[in-house]
Amino acid sequence: MRWGEIIRRLVLIPPTLFGVCVIVFVLLRVVPGDPIAMMISPGASAADIERLRAFYGLDQSIPQQFITWFGQALSGNFGRSISLHQNVFELVLARLPATLELSALATLIAVALGTIVALTGVYVRGRRAEWAIDGGIGVFLAIPDFLWALILLLLFGVLIPLLPITGRIDPQLDVAFQTNFYLIESLLTGRLDVAAALLQHMILPAVALALPFAALVARILKASLSEAEDQDYAQIARARGFSRPAILLREVFPNALIPTVALGGVQITLLLGGTVLVERIFSYEGIGNMAIDAVINRDFPLIQGLILTFAVLFIALNLAIDVLVTLLDPRLRHG
Amino acid sequence: MVDLAVSSPIEPSSRWLAGFVRGGQRLWIGSALVGLFFLVALLAPLLAPHDPIEQDLLSAQLPPVWMQGGEATFPLGTDSLGRCVLSRLMYAARTAVAVALIAASLAAVIGIAFGLIAGMFGGWIDQFVSRLIDVWMAFPPVLLSIVLAAVIGAGLTSVIAAIVVVDWTRFARVVRAETMVQLQRDYASAARALGLSRGQILRLEILPNLVPLIVTLFAVEMGIAILVEVILSFVGISVAGDVATWGGMIVEGRQIVYQAPWIMALPIGCVILSVIGFNLLGDGLRAALDPVQRR
Amino acid sequence: MTAVLAVHDLHVAIGPRGSAANVLRGASLEVQAGEVRGLVGESGAGKSMLGRAVLGLLPANAVIGGGTIQFEGRDLLAMPEPERRSLLGRRIALIPQDPMTSLNPVRRVGAQISIVLRHHLALSKRDALERAAELLAEVAIREPRRVLELYPHEISGGMRQRVLIAMAFACDPSLVIADEPTTALDVTVQRQVLQLVERLRQRHGAAILFVTHDLGVVAKICRTMTVLHAGRVLEEGETADVLAKPRHPYTRALLAATPRADRPAEALRPVPPALIESLWSEAHRLDRLAMAGPA
Repeated sequence: MRWGEIIRRLVLIPPTLFGVCVIVFVLLRVVPGDPIAMMISPGASAADIERLRAFYGLDQSIPQQFITWFGQALSGNFGRSISLHQNVFELVLARLPATLELSALATLIAVALGTIVALTGVYVRGRRAEWAIDGGIGVFLAIPDFLWALILLLLFGVLIPLLPITGRIDPQLDVAFQTNFYLIESLLTGRLDVAAALLQHMILPAVALALPFAALVARILKASLSEAEDQDYAQIARARGFSRPAILLREVFPNALIPTVALGGVQITLLLGGTVLVERIFSYEGIGNMAIDAVINRDFPLIQGLILTFAVLFIALNLAIDVLVTLLDPRLRHG
Repeated sequence: MVDLAVSSPIEPSSRWLAGFVRGGQRLWIGSALVGLFFLVALLAPLLAPHDPIEQDLLSAQLPPVWMQGGEATFPLGTDSLGRCVLSRLMYAARTAVAVALIAASLAAVIGIAFGLIAGMFGGWIDQFVSRLIDVWMAFPPVLLSIVLAAVIGAGLTSVIAAIVVVDWTRFARVVRAETMVQLQRDYASAARALGLSRGQILRLEILPNLVPLIVTLFAVEMGIAILVEVILSFVGISVAGDVATWGGMIVEGRQIVYQAPWIMALPIGCVILSVIGFNLLGDGLRAALDPVQRR
Repeated sequence: MTAVLAVHDLHVAIGPRGSAANVLRGASLEVQAGEVRGLVGESGAGKSMLGRAVLGLLPANAVIGGGTIQFEGRDLLAMPEPERRSLLGRRIALIPQDPMTSLNPVRRVGAQISIVLRHHLALSKRDALERAAELLAEVAIREPRRVLELYPHEISGGMRQRVLIAMAFACDPSLVIADEPTTALDVTVQRQVLQLVERLRQRHGAAILFVTHDLGVVAKICRTMTVLHAGRVLEEGETADVLAKPRHPYTRALLAATPRADRPAEALRPVPPALIESLWSEAHRLDRLAMAGPA
């Protein structure tokens, strides 16, 4: 039973996360580069250094450190960031909404764009235009999100200064937010001017993230649509007097959606992973940007917290995709 | 009804030609782009108008020759330290080719080894390797390569290591799947019945059939290597100092993108062209080699 | 009296220009109102293509070289597309061959039937579902309302074929083209399906063009029959006459090759190759004549 399989996956999550924790923990401790050394000011006494080291628990043995960390983690305490001097949990929670909003917007754009291109591509099947569309998809697939980010930054930020290229919101704008979901909040409270300003900052990084994924969706969906259109039931629908566009949208599309979500859905984690660089390029204050700084500063607790966050998001996304496939395909729901 | 003509056996030379035709335009364009790229890399010392690390602070941030203020001696302008952009781009191509070839080769060797072992022996060895690949691929690649490069320190070695460590799974998965498919084919069981050892089967039957697949992956992998170098440059982990890399030039250019956009734009163009070239080459190779080898 | 269907001198070729295969070489037949005509021939004879041509379902690379297809006096081939589409599914219907692939797997049975009713008869959603339930009852499906809510994979192959038959008769068509509807079913189910088709035909007053390669089926249900080979009509007439006193040697050979309960198995004789050859050379001769143009 499909649902049983999903439950089994849920049960496997904790051990997987545990494995991720262990690997990251060990990797970081093995790294040359002393975080304490990086954050102290010159002239600190040896005693100060020792005290700091003890404060962060870095004077214990590695297994001991892990047990301490893991025990605290289970109760929600992920330690203190060495470079930012704040609670890791709070730091991550503060920046997570920004990345979630950006990724959600990018996904929306990608799915919409990919679907339109795929439908167009299948509609012009066999004609020269299809060849052009396939070529276009290939080019867009070959260029990764961070390159798109740079290109868009050049085109629409510098050469044609249409949009801002840094940050999440214009610093001059004086708005107080309740949550960190700026965009959602401004939309829900009707502050459309604020929402517009936010979108201006988000649109370039979101499009950069979206383009490769859109190309992937377009390619898979177009292939699925073509294959589904050749199936008997679609052909027979033509014998019943329905027009080709109607058949494509009503009969073929729901069928083609299934393999598309199954094959392409898993790649959505790549979109999420892309936020690391794209946020950096646009100085967007999300967890991706924070991750790079954390690594450069060897901020162990923060790195661990962030990797764990990403891992949880990846797993959740994969599971969501699987559930979605099960919902879309009635054949999978029964026995 | 159309008569079915019996076709004559195809000679080797026309098989190559047939392959090229099958590869289509992708193969031609891809080969052309990659060929150009390799040529520039090889002949950079001859082609480059200036020494890539030679600074001329009086001529800093000159625009390309076709823009206002450009000079013919610096056809593509100069960067903040007065270094010739064109020369740096060419020498960066050299670096990129070296990194791409080495990294792709290492990733291929490791990946193929794991893939073959898993595919050939099956059982718990296969289970182990498969789980290993799954866990490995669960890590966000960008983060993994960043962490790894942070371990080894900055420089081209860490770039190569990062590429290999992250992407060997690409080869491993495909080789493993293909090996298992080949083993199930009739000629493999026939070979086994004839008493050939596993190693001989490997060498004689399976490897030759894997070659087209590997060649295609190799082309793709080289494109990926170029991209990873750019990524690592952004995190400050690629080559430092004077050695020219496209990623390094992009990062420098990002700082002064409003004043001198060409410093960032030109290396981006190079990266895009070479990546598209490798992708097209890989695509074209796959199309060209596929039907011949698939029995 | 105008025939419901009048195909006259239909030429259809499939394939790229220059190497196209002729699948119909001047085929002609007529179906009167209320008539059940069998269209027989071996695989590749062109009978499916004829049915498809009437329904406008020829493959994309098919070329209609000449001839007319008249439905109730109107030429389907000359008709504008929207007009033809308003006839299809409503006045002309199809019972497809393979029940396993002819229904949309992701939509419920009821939805698939009602969409046809709502499109052609402008029924409301509720009325359409009511009518759909009635139709299912007509094809002897028990618990029709429950079946409406099911997906195709939840009902048996025989039931699916009945659903397809119901969909064909849903809008009271004048002409139903049955494309080998019993081929994919086992013998016991075949008989039920044939009885069903006959009963529905009487109830809705439709004419049927029954495409099949099975002479036994033709004998059971078709009052008239047409024999097709290599895209040409070889013989036609009342079934009883044709089967008892076949005029064309091919028809005779077909009968001799058909297993019958009242004849010992050893008496089976395959159609002589010489006969087939002569038929094909005759067909090719006609092709060459047609290509040479009018004399």
